[in-house]
Amino acid sequence: MRKEILVEKILFVTAAGSVFATAGVFLFMFYLGLPVITGGHLGDLFTSPWAPEQGLYGIRSMVAGSLLISILSLVFAFPLSLGCSIFIAVLNPGKMGWILKRTVQFMTGIPTVVYGFVGIFLLVPLIRNLFEYGSGMSILTAAFLLAILITPTMVLIFSESFRRVPVSYLDAVKALGGNPVQAFIHVILPYSWQGIIAGLVLAVGRAMGDTMISLMVAGNSVGLPRSILDSGRTLTGHIGLIIAADFDSLEFKSLFACGMILYVFTALIVTTARGLHYRKGAGSFK
Amino acid sequence: MKLNTTIFGISLFLLLVSGLSAQPAAVSTSSLEPFSGEKGTVRISGGTAHIPVMREAASRIMKFNRDIRITIAGGGSGAGIRQVGEGLVDIGNSGRMATEAEISKYDLRIFELAVDGVAVVVNPRNPVKALSSPELRGIYSGKISNWKELGGNDKQITVYTRDNSSGTRAVFWDKALNRSMITDRAHFAVSNGAMKAAVSQDPNGIGYISAGHIDRSVSPVALDGILPGLENIKSGTYPVSRILYANTRSNSRALALKFVDYLLTGEGQDLFAEKGFIPVR
Repeated sequence: MRKEILVEKILFVTAAGSVFATAGVFLFMFYLGLPVITGGHLGDLFTSPWAPEQGLYGIRSMVAGSLLISILSLVFAFPLSLGCSIFIAVLNPGKMGWILKRTVQFMTGIPTVVYGFVGIFLLVPLIRNLFEYGSGMSILTAAFLLAILITPTMVLIFSESFRRVPVSYLDAVKALGGNPVQAFIHVILPYSWQGIIAGLVLAVGRAMGDTMISLMVAGNSVGLPRSILDSGRTLTGHIGLIIAADFDSLEFKSLFACGMILYVFTALIVTTARGLHYRKGAGSFK
Repeated sequence: MKLNTTIFGISLFLLLVSGLSAQPAAVSTSSLEPFSGEKGTVRISGGTAHIPVMREAASRIMKFNRDIRITIAGGGSGAGIRQVGEGLVDIGNSGRMATEAEISKYDLRIFELAVDGVAVVVNPRNPVKALSSPELRGIYSGKISNWKELGGNDKQITVYTRDNSSGTRAVFWDKALNRSMITDRAHFAVSNGAMKAAVSQDPNGIGYISAGHIDRSVSPVALDGILPGLENIKSGTYPVSRILYANTRSNSRALALKFVDYLLTGEGQDLFAEKGFIPVR
């Protein structure tokens, strides 16, 4: 009995620690970003362009870049992941599925800088020659590479949640004369949609948080992108580029606003996903 | 900072590997004598124009005395000055003079190492090999957006630039662009090496790099009829040049100062000349 209490206390301390760390990071960013906010620059952040020579530190292009690139990568990666996990978990859980799954697991461990390198030498010239527009360093290029980056994460979570569907349900579909596709649409998908949302949330978080890929292949220009073939800059890439600036400059301090925006985006996505989950009100959110 | 360091770590590694096969035959050891019996680490970061020379000097010193370790990272001039000021590194390189504020805040000691030109470069396949100053400003402001307007191919121009903490950018902006606007369509590269790689990959690209970084992968452009060759930079005929600096703190360790001293010996200065810079001594 006493042992249980001790374990509970230890677990409480670790849980509280991680909560404090998360809150601490936010407060830290808020405190350091305060000069930008109180200096009357908050509105400028979203309305003015980024032109430090003229004293303008707007980050609307970076917000747009981050959103465009991560949403576009999700658009590419979601159908791919869904198809791949259906193959692994539903249609062919045998040897072929096993090989595919191992490959996907291996892919989750590849550092993003490797994708970036491959992208610069293979994808960038390809996109440039294909569309005959711009440098090939574009939002589209970064989104393609990010799609490759986030697909394995989604595949693993999707296929796990498909696998958790009780066998008896699937047997029932078979007994009713249903084929695997019908089983997927009418039984597996309704049963595991929470897993799908969890995978999406993780994937969009990863896409938005990644720095290397967009820094290497998106071109990092500061203008508002007019098309997906235009070059763009993400919030994370922006932080990576500007971090060499002087600590005391307003330029550097505006980075904390970028950090806060990233933080708020992630928090919004996670809470929305949680909200969806609680409205449905069942199951564990793993 | 960490990012740039990562990129530099990787490019440095690649360059080191590629450089292994082409070592100079025999290096005289006399200039290296001060390093005998020394031990410890010298951390260097900052300006990316300096890197080829720093790397060669470091490899000679480390070969002479295996107890010395020298690490070289990029980050840009701004980062170099800041990091040395805050004690994160022993030597912070910069391609521009530290500002009054930086000198007083960090108590810096400043050494002039060499003179370096900042060259406008295009892809070797680009037929345009000469530009006038107004044309260059037109390209960088975005007013001239197609190579056709300059007698080249009917292709959209990709403008490459560097971030504000780059000393190379500061000099280029001041002396070549006359502080005129740079288009918000410009792509950003994180270092001299990254800029060179980008322009060598992009047939329609234009960028600017340290003259010491020019090789066959990019073509230098004559500015108002003057090529950024060593002679022209030395005589001042080619106007876009600057001094490369090494910055240390006034209380820097002796080993770091010995490294800077080595760069200022005849052998060290020859290294700068070999890599395409103009020695100051």
